Amino acid sequence: MTDMAGRMAAARRQTGFYDRLRVNKNWQGLWFMAPAAVILLLFLAYPLGKGVWLSFTDAKIGRSGEFIGLENYEWLGWPWWSDKDGVFWLSVFNTIVYTVVASAVKFAVGLYLALLLNEKIPFKALVRSVVLIPFVVPTVLSAIAFWWIYDSQFSIISWSLKNLGLIDQNINFLGDPNNARMSLIFANIWRGVPFIAITLLAGLQTVSPSLYEAATLDGATKWQIFRNITFPLLTPIIAVVMTFSVLFTFTDFQLVWALTRGGPVNATHLMATLSYQRAILAGNLGEGAAIATAMVPFLLLAIMVSWFGLQRRQWQQGGNDD
Amino acid sequence: MSHFNRRSVLKGGATLGALSATGLLDFAKAWAQSLPYKPEANATINLLRWKRFVEAEDAQFLKIVEAFTKATGVKVNVSNESFDDIQPKASVAANTGTGPDMVWGLHSLPHLFPDKCLDVTDLADYLGKKHGGWVPAAVATGTSKGKWIAIPVAFNGGYINYRVAAVQKAGFKGVPGDTAGFLELCKALQKNNTPAGFALGHASGDGNGWIHWLLWSHGAYLIDKNEKVIINSPETIAALEYGKKLYETFIPGTASWNDSSNNKAFLAGELYLTANGISIYAAAKAQGMKAIADDMDHAAWPVGPVGKPQELQLCFPMLTFKFTKAPNACKAFTAFLLEADNYNPWLEAAAGYLTQPLNAFDNNPVWTKDPKNTVFRDAGKRTLPASGIGPVTEKAAAAISDFIVVDMVANYCTGREDAKGAVAIAERQAKRLFR
Repeated sequence: MTDMAGRMAAARRQTGFYDRLRVNKNWQGLWFMAPAAVILLLFLAYPLGKGVWLSFTDAKIGRSGEFIGLENYEWLGWPWWSDKDGVFWLSVFNTIVYTVVASAVKFAVGLYLALLLNEKIPFKALVRSVVLIPFVVPTVLSAIAFWWIYDSQFSIISWSLKNLGLIDQNINFLGDPNNARMSLIFANIWRGVPFIAITLLAGLQTVSPSLYEAATLDGATKWQIFRNITFPLLTPIIAVVMTFSVLFTFTDFQLVWALTRGGPVNATHLMATLSYQRAILAGNLGEGAAIATAMVPFLLLAIMVSWFGLQRRQWQQGGNDD
Repeated sequence: MSHFNRRSVLKGGATLGALSATGLLDFAKAWAQSLPYKPEANATINLLRWKRFVEAEDAQFLKIVEAFTKATGVKVNVSNESFDDIQPKASVAANTGTGPDMVWGLHSLPHLFPDKCLDVTDLADYLGKKHGGWVPAAVATGTSKGKWIAIPVAFNGGYINYRVAAVQKAGFKGVPGDTAGFLELCKALQKNNTPAGFALGHASGDGNGWIHWLLWSHGAYLIDKNEKVIINSPETIAALEYGKKLYETFIPGTASWNDSSNNKAFLAGELYLTANGISIYAAAKAQGMKAIADDMDHAAWPVGPVGKPQELQLCFPMLTFKFTKAPNACKAFTAFLLEADNYNPWLEAAAGYLTQPLNAFDNNPVWTKDPKNTVFRDAGKRTLPASGIGPVTEKAAAAISDFIVVDMVANYCTGREDAKGAVAIAERQAKRLFR
């Protein structure tokens, strides 16, 4: 007996810190998370931090530059300053218009399309895959197609309308500031709608049919069904998809760059394209980084609005929202 | 010249090349004996160049590369990048200290990172002495603080392209040599529904080309010799007024044009006068558009109130990075490329797209073989450096990349701003760069 007790005591004494750590679930979890954390730090946090740092320097391409504090930001100025950087603030305005209009229309059209596709229609699978095409085509390719569609001399739209006798001069799609903005927004919508439609369609199909049956038995109208069943159950998906959509639209680059390069007279310069033009083409990394960093607060705001605005649990479950 | 299509042009170029290839090699071997620079043993050069306009030019260039390798044993890897991509790539190489040993880029590319470029003063002196001296714009583009940091290998001339019949119908013998007459011509062209048009969008080549002519010919410059911003001047206002009158005669839509828009419109027969390199003419010939090729010609930029040619032509400087392991091989290659026996056939193959920076090459047959090419011969002599009257620096290069003056003119011409406002915006942008 004493022999046995002695051995047990010895075993107990040997369970040191390391042994306890080895079976600790949290410690194991840490290691499982480590690869993801390293990737996030290395490829997201570091470049972001570096970009913010660059915006406080006068770095040029080819030279690391020195710390100059807020000078780059001072040159951008505030919109109410008389000597603000007009081009920069124009690009902020353009970006907001572009994001708000394109996202709103994309959401409306996407939701409508999703509801349509959720109905019983012939060749359902085929139609659904066709809808995805604009999303699948590489942006640069669709941008080049749009570039021809919007060409000032060879536009198919101008040509058709001319031959129909509706207009007698080519439409100046990309040469007039407001036309150019609308043309770009249209191209962005064309490209972005399928993503929203297909994602919302997936959401629609998770809504249990029994809810619809019950509502129908209660004599609810189509609109009431949509307003009180479909929409509330769809909000989590809407929150996610609109967050993504707003982010993609806000940071859009390829479409603008391929179509107008920010012209005419900077009317379509977005913050992303202006940042590229100044940082890479003109070589002023610091200034470009400052513009890119200036996008962050706007992005955070956009995320907050779509995330917290649509993620409220109570509202989703039909409860009161206060 | 009977039937003329792309295939026959290619074939012709190929046989021409085959004949001269052996000659090149003989020359290369003899040249290697008297090399001014001894390449390092087992050296390899990675060269990044702008993507060619003309296939024949590229083919001839690769023949020179091949002959160089055979004669010296130095391997040369040539990679191509489009105009827009070459600057970011070169900048990254300069930033990181790895990448191509040599970059053959545009405009003032070496001035974006003058500290990273190998000093090639000795090479430039050697070439200048041997080939009749450099044109002033080449000196300005190639040197930084008294040292040569790149060798300007060629210019790409951009000039007035016009349809002869349309100009005659408008009552002119040719394109007038002065800005006042030129405006009258454009007005008359518009009246006849055969309009002119220059790119006013963010077109790096065509847009910057004509806008700088517009300003400089009126004596308006962005910066002075000391990099002081002097765009806010009565000369600028005069240039803007002239530019607006000119813009009003243009075909609609030029504010959206990029570098290829005017080529398309001209070849489609909708545009009758524009500014471009020789590519429209070359394309018209290569694609068998005889009617347009026969009816078109080129003219120099009209001289404005300043009283002398003030043009902006695209320069192609070739730089070697300091980090290269084979500086002598790189210098030897640059020297080899500009030897008359190599350079002349290459210039000829370029068919007028490229103009020499060295005076001795003025006699190249390409300039007289077709009289429609002749205007382009003087591109190097008539151009100012990219910075105008100011020093060629990275800031001047940035101002061009940032479309500061293009936007200024576009702002005024499209009626978004009055002249004062347009100048103020440009001044603000320029001060940001030249601070």
